[in-house]
Amino acid sequence: MSDTELPIALRVEALESLLIEKGYVDPATLDKIIDTYENEVGPQLGAAVVAKAWVDPAYRARLLADATKAAAEVGAEGRQGEHLVAVEATADQHHMVVCTLCSCYPWTVLGLPPTWYKSPAYRAKAVRDPRGVLEDFGVSLPTTTSIRVWDSSAEIRYLVIPLRPEGTEGMSEAQLARLVTRDSMIGTGLALRL
Amino acid sequence: MNGVHDMGGMHGFGTVQPEPDEPIFHERWEARVLALNLAVGRIGGWNIDRSRHTRESLPPATYLASSYYEIWLLGLENLLVKHGLIAADEVAVGKMIHLPPPGKTALTVEQMVEGLRTGGPCDREVHTPAMFEVGQMVRAKNINPPSHTRLPRYARGKIGEIELVHGGFVFPDTNADLEGEHPQWCYTVRFTGTELWGPDSDPTTSVSVDCFETYLEPVEY
Repeated sequence: MSDTELPIALRVEALESLLIEKGYVDPATLDKIIDTYENEVGPQLGAAVVAKAWVDPAYRARLLADATKAAAEVGAEGRQGEHLVAVEATADQHHMVVCTLCSCYPWTVLGLPPTWYKSPAYRAKAVRDPRGVLEDFGVSLPTTTSIRVWDSSAEIRYLVIPLRPEGTEGMSEAQLARLVTRDSMIGTGLALRL
Repeated sequence: MNGVHDMGGMHGFGTVQPEPDEPIFHERWEARVLALNLAVGRIGGWNIDRSRHTRESLPPATYLASSYYEIWLLGLENLLVKHGLIAADEVAVGKMIHLPPPGKTALTVEQMVEGLRTGGPCDREVHTPAMFEVGQMVRAKNINPPSHTRLPRYARGKIGEIELVHGGFVFPDTNADLEGEHPQWCYTVRFTGTELWGPDSDPTTSVSVDCFETYLEPVEY
């Protein structure tokens, strides 16, 4: 830990002990929240949703019609996923999700957002130059593919269903889920190729 | 408010820097700050819009120079003081000096787990018909309220197409000031890249913004 980080760590410790002393928080509750987002709620849930949509046309239809309910079918529900909308990529149309005003992100299917998602660089650039953002991630799309950016400015949260990679026809749902990266569900990446 | 948090379209922040194998938290205090926000947020007497507004109301230089979880810490301290749960002298020493107000009791683990599972849905019934329908062209109003709003600056005055009608939602602009939820219709409005960024911009892009009904006005063609 560097010298510049020490004061803030102590400041947080002081605030936590004050709030415990006042009876506002129980440290066991704090531990449980942290455990939930470190070990339970994460992009593996979104990957399960996407893989299921790839193999099951009826589920895909339910997901596109009401993503909140469809995600709950695989256990992804709750805070920051109360109003979920799924947007599906095609060969001609790519999707990218951002929150220019803060850090809105579909926690229930992706977990907590990575640092870059919350960074000024991403929030500033995604709406103005999404193709440039893709370059920052080493992704190049043909100019015939249009890019739709979704700025999460209200309480609706967006999940990208990335394009299913070619040559994956025989794969199981579980195998397919391993190809679905977090970034492919934000739209700054693509599903992994074989 | 026209704050530095409203970053869409700004220049000068450089390239986006993904971090391979990024941990969920880089330091343990970050995890504690997140957890404190979530736990106290349910008993504090504020709401998610007020939390956002408190964070974006930090001095611009502080906001830009602070990491994400530093902003969340500063915002939480401000909320706790403003709502009378703690006082500045207590923050300075990290010890209780004043007795807590009645009725502010810590959530149990079970209550918190249930709270995370149900979240805080913001959809509400609205008793007036929707003013706009899918396919209709609308203009985002040129508004500049000094208070909380979720209409980004880059979309103001711009023309777009109603793409989705989401139903009634809590209106953040009043909710942030604890002036009531005043739910209204919420829409996704799709703006072309060239409408937003001019004729020299990439014509193959568009940006969809979720807009509350009073952010919008009809456009006649």
